[in-house]
Amino acid sequence: MIKVDNISKSFEGSEVLKGISTVFEKGKTNLIIGQSGSGKTVFLKCLLGLFETNSGQIFFERTPIDEMSFKERTILRQEIGMVFQGSALFDSMTVEENIMFPMQMFTKKENEEIRERANEVIERVNLINANEKYPDEISGGMKKRVAIARAIVMNPKYLFCDEPNSGLDPKTAILIDNLINEITEEYNITTVINTHDMNSVMEIGEKIVFLLNGKKAWEGTKKDIFNTENQAVSNFVYSSDLFKKVREMYLKK
Amino acid sequence: MLSNIGKYFIMLQSVFGKFTKWRILKQLIFKDIESLIIGSLGIVSFISFFVGGVVSIQTALNLENPLLPKNLIAFATRQSIILEFAPTFISIIMAGKVGSYITSSIGTMKVTEQIDALEVMGINTYNYLIFPKIVALLLYPLVICISMFLGILGGYIACVYGGFSTSGEFIEGIQLDFIPFHITYAFIKTSFFAFILATIPSFHGYFMTGGALDVGKASTVSFVWTSVVIILLNYFITQLLLT
Repeated sequence: MIKVDNISKSFEGSEVLKGISTVFEKGKTNLIIGQSGSGKTVFLKCLLGLFETNSGQIFFERTPIDEMSFKERTILRQEIGMVFQGSALFDSMTVEENIMFPMQMFTKKENEEIRERANEVIERVNLINANEKYPDEISGGMKKRVAIARAIVMNPKYLFCDEPNSGLDPKTAILIDNLINEITEEYNITTVINTHDMNSVMEIGEKIVFLLNGKKAWEGTKKDIFNTENQAVSNFVYSSDLFKKVREMYLKK
Repeated sequence: MLSNIGKYFIMLQSVFGKFTKWRILKQLIFKDIESLIIGSLGIVSFISFFVGGVVSIQTALNLENPLLPKNLIAFATRQSIILEFAPTFISIIMAGKVGSYITSSIGTMKVTEQIDALEVMGINTYNYLIFPKIVALLLYPLVICISMFLGILGGYIACVYGGFSTSGEFIEGIQLDFIPFHITYAFIKTSFFAFILATIPSFHGYFMTGGALDVGKASTVSFVWTSVVIILLNYFITQLLLT
């Protein structure tokens, strides 16, 4: 569980996050949605500890991140898996080496044992015949799978994804969404996904936090989103005719 | 500017902070030795050999007085190569070659969020990225040693086969008034330059912001600042050690 308590973040006097509070529960797929520039990525980077907040606190289970010792933070970071928007795979390493890397870094296991575990997760994310390939030799969808495999290889407690299906075709995007959702349930982890893809919202959004100009403007489940009277979230989610029709059909039912 | 200097020293402190696992670090050091040291030998050898030849020819052409002994050509060639050309001039070239490589490789990692990925894993990215480069460049004096040898060899070939002096005169000139401390002085400043070559380009790569175009800009800025610092340091070390 991750609890966010009234956090704010500014850059050179400009306030990007304004007093956001929410809770991301364990075993659930939590989505942060909002327009470009609404502060989603900054929010995610604050959760990850890549940005220090100006005020407020972030609790991992019951411990606030800013009160953790260096050692505690290091341990916490090893319990976090992250899928970056551009996958952030290491160019100089093969797919297999990318996935083995966190284990080589933080465990005392022998290389053979690490390779075995890497191949387990490679199989789990359905990556076929890609072990020896370099990141620039594989497709965008495969890169995301490698990034997911790298993120879960250490059995993390928390999984963060920044726009995991951006730049992917709709079919692959849904496959990636479902993969993340399945992994969340299978590993019983707290997953936080940053997205502006409405398919993801409809497909896997167990909890949705809507950000508008750095503030939390709405939160609820994917069912709540059909019934919401919040104008800002309706304008955002139902901006396309397709989703307007989907909502109309849902409400008629 | 002052804040950047502060950031640079904080970065240096972090480089020697929490160390990366030795088995990973070892691989990175060998990779960096290959790309930064071995990969530079070709260009350094080529430039040193031909510049050595040019120094020797120009010295020969300027010795118009018949009373001046021919061995002065080799003496002047040796002095210019050992004292300035090999340690300083080659370091400026390396600021372009190795410096740009370091800035662009770290900068690209920054732009593509690879550094963020390392940080999220709890890795000390300063140590992981910069420390192996500092260790690899401990071998930099070896490059300068090769440069000195090839510079003088180039001078010898140009001078003897160009008909400016005999082989005996050249070899006598190389040994003339030789002060061993000059070699020590050259290697002391080379060691400082090696540290500068590893850290300033890393700083510019690590703290760059923006996209692919900015990686190119950061490489240029890094080359300028590395060169400026090498030239200034060269002045201070020379003042300190040779006067």
